[in-house]
Amino acid sequence: MSTIEISELHKSFGKLEVLRGINLSVEPGEVVCVIGPSGSGKSTLLRCVNLLEEPTAGSIRVAGVEVTDPDCDIDAVRRGIGMVFQQFNLFGHLTVRENITIAQRRVLKRSRAEANRIASVNLDRVGLAEKADAYPAQLSGGQQQRVAIARALAMDPQLMLFDEPTSALDPELVGEVLAVMRGLAAEGMTMLVVTHEMAFAREVANRVVFMDGGVIVEQGPPAEVFGSPREERTRVFLHRVLEPTRVSETEIGAHLKD
Amino acid sequence: MTLSPRRRRRVVRVAGYVVFVVLILLVVSAADWGTLSEAFFRRDIAESMFPEAITVALRNTIVYTLLAFVFGLTLGLILALLRLSSVAPYRWFATAYIELFRGLPALLVLFMVGYGVPLAFPDREIPGGVYGSVAVGLGLTAAAYMAETIRAGIQAVPKGQLEAARTLGMSHTRAMVSIVLPQAFRIVIPPLTNEIILLTKDTSLVYVLGVTPTTIELTKFAGDTLNTRVNPTPLVVAGLLYLVITLPLSQLVRGLERRAARER
Repeated sequence: MSTIEISELHKSFGKLEVLRGINLSVEPGEVVCVIGPSGSGKSTLLRCVNLLEEPTAGSIRVAGVEVTDPDCDIDAVRRGIGMVFQQFNLFGHLTVRENITIAQRRVLKRSRAEANRIASVNLDRVGLAEKADAYPAQLSGGQQQRVAIARALAMDPQLMLFDEPTSALDPELVGEVLAVMRGLAAEGMTMLVVTHEMAFAREVANRVVFMDGGVIVEQGPPAEVFGSPREERTRVFLHRVLEPTRVSETEIGAHLKD
Repeated sequence: MTLSPRRRRRVVRVAGYVVFVVLILLVVSAADWGTLSEAFFRRDIAESMFPEAITVALRNTIVYTLLAFVFGLTLGLILALLRLSSVAPYRWFATAYIELFRGLPALLVLFMVGYGVPLAFPDREIPGGVYGSVAVGLGLTAAAYMAETIRAGIQAVPKGQLEAARTLGMSHTRAMVSIVLPQAFRIVIPPLTNEIILLTKDTSLVYVLGVTPTTIELTKFAGDTLNTRVNPTPLVVAGLLYLVITLPLSQLVRGLERRAARER
């Protein structure tokens, strides 16, 4: 049974159709990276998986449960899906430890001692054991994002969604977050990652999905998608992302006078 | 003579100070201080007001304020949540309530609660006697203002906070209670403290309900003493006692705002 099974997914915001028929499945233990230009619908796709966005049409199954079914207990499904946001979204009024324990206690009904123990284990995993009593505002962006990952892991998810987890970080802080994600992938976590970090996708992903204009243009192993893309749109995008200093003036329609 | 821009700025500034001080001195010296102090600052009359001014009048003013604040805050929170509800009739109700009670004078509402409720529900009465009537009568108006303040506070909490909480499997209610409201209240503590200051002064309207010597508050107490002694000194005493409550609260608001600015 696939961990995620998406078929014929459509999503519109008013008149704007952001997703136009997506079919995608993610197998247990697989790391799938979604790349593509901004506005291509990759974040919307990710947010549909745990129903932060309500799909307009189509079906999504997570571990066999149809989340698009109106009778689905979405809170129960979400417990099994960890999500990491671009803006971290740590709870500002709670310490790091409380950020990681509050859902364990209120949702999973774990005891305080048990929740604290699991918080320590997961803080250790992301290398922030000594920050348990700090408030989010006292941490760097990279540290905050690692806490956010620990918070999600403490719920024992079978699937992790990452929505551009390094896009809001200063360049020198990107590495520490990617290192944690690489570790997770090595442990066999099933991951669906929307990212602009092409090196990460190339190195860690089992499969790369290229999206543009609300559809999946092509997908395959990273070596294929990056090494010999079949579609022209993929080639153009990769050229612009991987060699930004070599984008020519004619390519973007600029007519610079000399 | 030509002045450098810096010198000119200095001359203009000093001239401003001088005009300011002269104006104030003119007003102060024009007043008839002898008659004024005879009327407003009679020591014997002031002394005769104590200790009742504090043990009864000031105490009741504070009790009325706190009761009305607690009632108004509770109702205000409910109204704020209704106002943000996805159910349209709830929103309409909250909006109508807020517009109505923000538009009516507090005196009118207090009067209607004091005399209308006993007529509407002849077999029941608001618990707590005049204390209960004041809590409801002033709280109804305060709730309208506080509802808008709290709504703004809830909306000031980034949407991602609710999303993160829901993603962890919390229900909407649980996410509001554990994550959104605690942060919203931090944001609205300064404006809510201002609301207490306004309520403190609104308790001067309680006299319309008819108060006894044990339920009397500052303004009515001063007014009664003014009538018996035929001298307005009690008004000054009452005014000073109001400041005893409101000045520390203003100070508190300023401190809280400074702290909020630091944390941001």
